[in-house]
This record gives sequence, C-alpha cells and structure tokens, in this order.
Amino acid sequence: MRNSASTFAQGVDLSLYIIVGISLVFLIGITAVMIYFVFRYNKKRNPVATNIEGSNLLEVLWTAIPTLLVVVMFYYGWMGFKPMRSVPDGAMEVKAYGQMWKFSFEYPDGRITDSLVVPLGKPVKVNLVSRDVLHSFYIPAFRMKEDMVPGKNNFMWFEATKTGRYDILCAEYCGQLHSYMLSSVTVLPESEYAQWLASAPNLADEHPGLTLLKQNACLTCHSQDGSKIIGPSFRGLYGKTEIVETDGKEREVLADDEYIARSIREPNADVVKGYMKGMMVSYANVLNDEQIAHIIDYLKTLK
Amino acid sequence: MATATAQVNYLEAKKGIMSWLFSVDHKRIGLMYLYALITFFLVGVTLGLLMRYELLNPGKDLVEAKTYNQIFTLHGVIMIFLFIIPSIPAVFGNFFLPIMLGTDDVSFPRLNLLSWWVYIIGAIMALSTLVFGDGPADTGWTFYAPYSVKTGTNVTMSVLAAFVLGFSSILTGLNFIVTIHRLRAPGMSFTKMPLFAWALYATSWIQLLATPIIGITLLMIVAERTLGVGLFDPSIGGDPILYQHLFWIYSHPAVYIMALPAFGVISELLPTFSHRTIFGYKAIAYSSLAIAFVGYFIWGHHMFTSGMSGTARFIFSMLTFLVAIPTAIKVFNWVATLYKGSIDVQTPLLYALAFIFQFMIGGFTGLILGALATDIHLHDTYFVVGHFHYVMFGGTGFAFFGALHYWYPKIWGRMYNKLVANIAFVIFFIGFNTLYFPMFISGLMGMPRRYYDYLPEFHIPNIISTVGSWILALGLILMIVNLIVGRFRGRKVTERDPWGGITLEWQTPTPPPVQNFDRLPELPKNGPYDYEHKPQIKD
Repeated sequence: MRNSASTFAQGVDLSLYIIVGISLVFLIGITAVMIYFVFRYNKKRNPVATNIEGSNLLEVLWTAIPTLLVVVMFYYGWMGFKPMRSVPDGAMEVKAYGQMWKFSFEYPDGRITDSLVVPLGKPVKVNLVSRDVLHSFYIPAFRMKEDMVPGKNNFMWFEATKTGRYDILCAEYCGQLHSYMLSSVTVLPESEYAQWLASAPNLADEHPGLTLLKQNACLTCHSQDGSKIIGPSFRGLYGKTEIVETDGKEREVLADDEYIARSIREPNADVVKGYMKGMMVSYANVLNDEQIAHIIDYLKTLK
Repeated sequence: MATATAQVNYLEAKKGIMSWLFSVDHKRIGLMYLYALITFFLVGVTLGLLMRYELLNPGKDLVEAKTYNQIFTLHGVIMIFLFIIPSIPAVFGNFFLPIMLGTDDVSFPRLNLLSWWVYIIGAIMALSTLVFGDGPADTGWTFYAPYSVKTGTNVTMSVLAAFVLGFSSILTGLNFIVTIHRLRAPGMSFTKMPLFAWALYATSWIQLLATPIIGITLLMIVAERTLGVGLFDPSIGGDPILYQHLFWIYSHPAVYIMALPAFGVISELLPTFSHRTIFGYKAIAYSSLAIAFVGYFIWGHHMFTSGMSGTARFIFSMLTFLVAIPTAIKVFNWVATLYKGSIDVQTPLLYALAFIFQFMIGGFTGLILGALATDIHLHDTYFVVGHFHYVMFGGTGFAFFGALHYWYPKIWGRMYNKLVANIAFVIFFIGFNTLYFPMFISGLMGMPRRYYDYLPEFHIPNIISTVGSWILALGLILMIVNLIVGRFRGRKVTERDPWGGITLEWQTPTPPPVQNFDRLPELPKNGPYDYEHKPQIKD
C-alpha cells in the first residue's frame, strides 16, 4: 500500500484488510480442499464414486455464513465511506478545475495555482469542476477520488494528517494525454501554510497573456518552442500563413488577430493541415475579448 | 429411427463452403461461430500483447499515446462484443443445447443462421474502423460521453457495430429460450435438464431483456455526434451521468451474460470427470436465476465516484454484496462434487479447477470493489483491470477453453495430444496469473487504468505483467497448435462416450449425425447426473 496521509486512510485500509483477510481464509481453504479431493478421490485410489445428491444442512450453512460475512464487509465499507460525504463545518474551500489535460486550483482569494497546497490537520473541501470532458480527481495517498463531471457540481473533502507532497492523478480516461494529467498536493504545517498564503505569487514580470495560456492549459497542447504536441506550436505563429481545412476544403489563411480569435472561439472552424479536428473545445465562454487580446499580444512576442 | 441418412455425420453430410455459410444445422452454425470467434479473439490477444509491450517501461516503447488509446479501445470492443459475450452460448450452446435436450435442432434454425450473419456483419463494421474514417475509436469500450461525442475518431461506426451485434445476441437468446421451453425430450422436466441448459436459460433472458437498452443508448451517441441532439453533452444541454446509467443498466447484466454460461460449463465438467452426480443440483440451477435477477439492480456500483448521492451508493453497494451469495453457493457445490468422486484428471478438468481458483480471486476482489470505502480508492485503477480479467478471462475464458477440450472429440471425432494439452494448460495458467495478479498491486498503489504512460513507482508490477503476457501467449499458441494438429492428425474417436459423461450428447454417435440421434435418447432415471442409473448405450 502507498503512503497514507489523510483521516480517511484508516477506515479505507481497515475495510480492505477485513475483506482481504476473510477472502484469503476462503481462497486458501477452498483451494486446499479442492486439491486434496483431486488427490484423495483420484480414480486410482477411489475407483468407485459415491453418489451424494446434496445436503440441505450444508446448503443452509453455506448460504448463511457468506450472508453474514458479506454483511460485515458491507458494514466496514460503509463506515469507512460515510465520513467522506459529510464535510465538517468551517472547512476551507478550494475549487479544482479539470480540463484536457491539466488540473488547476482557485483559492478563495482568487489566486490560481497549478498545484494544491493545504494546511495540515484542517478539513479542506474541494469543489470539482470540469471544463470539457469527464476527469477524476484522485489522491491515492488520501484514499480519495471523485469524478469531475462537466455541468455538475461534485465535491470531495479531506483532512491531511502528514506533511509532504502527494500525487494527484486523473483516474477517468479523458483522451490523448490522460496519463500526463498530473498534479500534486503539498501539505504544510499551519504556520508554513500561512506564510505560503501571504506570499502572493509573483506575476508582475509575467506577460498577462502567458498567465492566461497557463491557466487555461493551452500550453499542454501548443508548445512555445516550435515542437508539435497536439496542436500547432505558438512559436512564430503570428503573421504566418497557414494551410487550414474549412468545411472539408483546404485554403490558405493569414494568422492575424481575427484568425487567432476565431480559433479560440470556434476551434473546429479552421483546422490546420496535419492536425485532428475535435481535439480542442471552444473557449468562447471562458475568455473575454480583453483576455483574447492579451493572448494575441503575447503570441506576437514568440518569434 | 436408425435410417441410412441419419447416420451421415454432420461434418461429411454436405461439402463446399456454401454448405457451411448457409447451413441451418445448429452444429455447423456453432462451428462457424467458433472459427470466427477464435479469429477475433486472436486479434484481441495481439492488441493486448501490444498494450503490454507499450507498458513495459514508462514513456514510449512502441506507439504514440493516441494509437495506444485506440488499441485498448479496440481490444475491449473485440474482446467484449466479438468474443466473450457470444463465446460459450454461440459456440457450445448452439452445438450442444439441442443435443443435451434430446432434440434435432433449435426452435428457429433459420433465425439461428441469421444471428450468425448479423454477428459477422457487426464484426466487419467494428474492424472496418481500422481502415475507414479517422481510425478506430479512442474512447475505451465504455464510450463515455462527452468525450465520445467530441473525439474526432470513428466512434460512430464502432457504436453502430455494437448496436448490430446486439441483435445477434438478442436473437440467439430468444431462440434458446423457446428451444428450452418447447423442445425438451419427453420426460425431461425443467428439473431434469442439464445445468448447462439452466445456465443458458438464465443467460438468454438477460440477452433478450437487457440488450435493447444498450442498443438505444448507442444510437443516442450516434444522434448526439451527427445531429447534436443534446442528450449527453452538457455543453449542448445533455447529461453525461445519464449516459453512464443507461450504459451500465445493460453492461452490468452483460457481465452475467459472460459469466453464467461458464458456470454451466463447469457444472458439466465436474460430474463427468468425477463420475458422480453433481452436488446440490437445485442450488446450482436456481442460483443462476438469482444471479441473473439481482444482476439487474447493481449497475450503480460502476459509478460510485460519479457524484451519486450517499443513499444511492449505500443501496447499490448493499445489492452488490447480495450477488456474492448465490455465487458462493455455486463454488461450494462444485467443490463438494469432487467429494468421494472417482476423479479422472484430464485436461478439461484442469481448466475447470483453474476456473474455480481464478474465479474466486475475481470474486473476492469484486467484494473489495463492491465495498464503498475501498472502491473510492480503487475505482478506475488497475485493480479493476485485474479484477475483471480474473473474472472474464480467468473465469469465462478458461471455461471456454475447458469446454473446447471437453467437447472436442465429440465435435470432430478426433482427440488432441493430451500431454501437450496439459503442458499448454500449465504454461497458460502460469502466464495468466503472472500477467494479471500484479495489476492488483499497481492498483492498490494507485495506478489509474487506461494509462499510456505511468510514474516510475509503478514500473515493477508492469514489468512482471508484460513478462506474464509473453508466457500466456506461449501457452495459448501451444494449445491452439495442438488443437489444430489434433483436428487433422489426432487419434480417431469413434466411441460415443470417450470421457464417461452422462448427458445426452454422449449417447449420440461421434461425430453426431445431421439429425443428432440415431436412436431415441434415454434419460437417466433420477435427473441428468444420475450415475447410478446411467443408460448403457452400445454401438
């Protein structure tokens, strides 16, 4: 088993051990009896079989005993699970966004980060939002997982019990780079957490366009160095002439302000030759005109 | 009854490919299913081996991420819809159900041929995505919305293929239900029917009642993709959770379409090779019906992390545990059937014993996934992949190959090399467990499924799995070569009952004549496994 670092780990691991324990007794017992019978009643040793039609007593026994045992297993499963759905009052709230193929987090003060930082021993409620398809927010060390479903407000909560840095993985298949959709949660003692919270991320030097590209996971698919990922690279894009496919026909188009804005709002209208349609979702409702202008302004700098 | 025409065996009755492709003989249709199924199974195995090779090391080993995603989707679609769902009913059900009931064919022989053709058309549609359109779907075999609505790959053709294949399944189910009700030999009441027929009966009802739901759900995906109706994609007003409910309302009962016929096979193999009556006939028969019934109400356990209410999770978890009980009853009765038997350890029995062992592991890990606390951690991880491969492959797959070795001499009138068959079994068994057991470990460590690449900490279980896949492939090749060689060069079998079995197929000539029986079948006095009153059939 992996690191355990939340208050849920104990309940989950306990029900796991109980089910595994009961199962092992039966698995080993039944297998041993089976193998013993095969040797003991081999036709060489036992040339004449005895026909036994059945036994009502045994049928009752091996119905009743498994019934009792599954009730026990169900009970521990339920007890380990129950606290996961009751968020304590006053839990700190963070919003987690999932999108192809990146997690991002929004703190109550509006700060956006690409990894999660939480205080030790404080309940944290995570509101789960998907911006496109299904994702699943999975922290193995916390024994916690819940799907991010577009159009639906799911949540999870946890209370970290150990400081350290733990993986966050996407557990629901979400397309090409599903296995690269990773992040982490760092658990800090409360004093360090307060310090982290106080030191505002230094965005002064960063171009606002670049911040937007990072926040919206654009750079997962569009590189800044000319390499081809899922979509065309941003390097040298502005002012370049691209061959695109529009309604099934190829045409040439100049990558100007209008073209870039349209590609953000209707990504499938003009698809650059050699790339697949349907890989990008529309950001028309995510980015406003001013933000798109910031992005275009930044793209101009990527020569 | 013993006329000259009845004596011609079904293999030699007519010659030429057309006499097979348009045959309405249930035996020939069963064999045509077998050849098609094995072909698709081997395609699926090849895709599985490619996946395992890709996962040997973190990072790229063989293919790009998109190709990998298409490979695991096609692997799932082929193995589920083209192999495991039809497998035992379509091949051995078709061939042996009428004979075991003491009749000459299924109720609707032409409908039976139509089912085969519909199956082939569906299979061609599924494989056509390799060549036409924008490549095979990359959604996983579950086609979860809204990704399946948005992706540019050929999802439409893949789901249409599954839609068409559904009809084949429905028609076969209908045919078997009517056959079991109407064509049992005089004197064979329901409680004197072989357990294989009982299992097929329970399965057929699920095929008939549940398959239409997946059909309409998949058409809704097509409507969503082509017309943008707004059923499942929230960006146009749909609900992705609705899709999951509809999908699993079929696909969970479908798990029992895959598993129940295997239970039926095991219930035949154990009495035959123990040479004694089955222990707890009624318990085994009725538990099939119980599983089929309860299986309808537990689909929600596939969605424990989808944001369902706590109440829904509570109910679905509880009902899930309920299914464990009739399944446990079966296992106990099977093992008790070995007690005081006179056990003849032949290849089919080895497959049956491996089935019980592996199916128990599949079942126990199912309990871990049915419990809420543990499922939250393990859902959508490799633990689930390990679990369903233990049930579907270690269970149904092993029962399928056990059945193939069991009925082989009756079907072809020849015997495979038994020593080679046993060696192949041992390699296959070791390979299987080496391949799938480490998946429980990587799942517990937190490795999500459908992963093209993984963190370094998951490396060791993945190496072991991949090595296991090579061992498994070796065993499989040896098994199939042995069976093919046996078909042409194996010892000729002319006796009616090479294993000392008691059900009616062992009373017919080997291979059976076109009309199945050359004389009136004789039922044992007290039920189908009454070895004390076994009818003595002489040539």
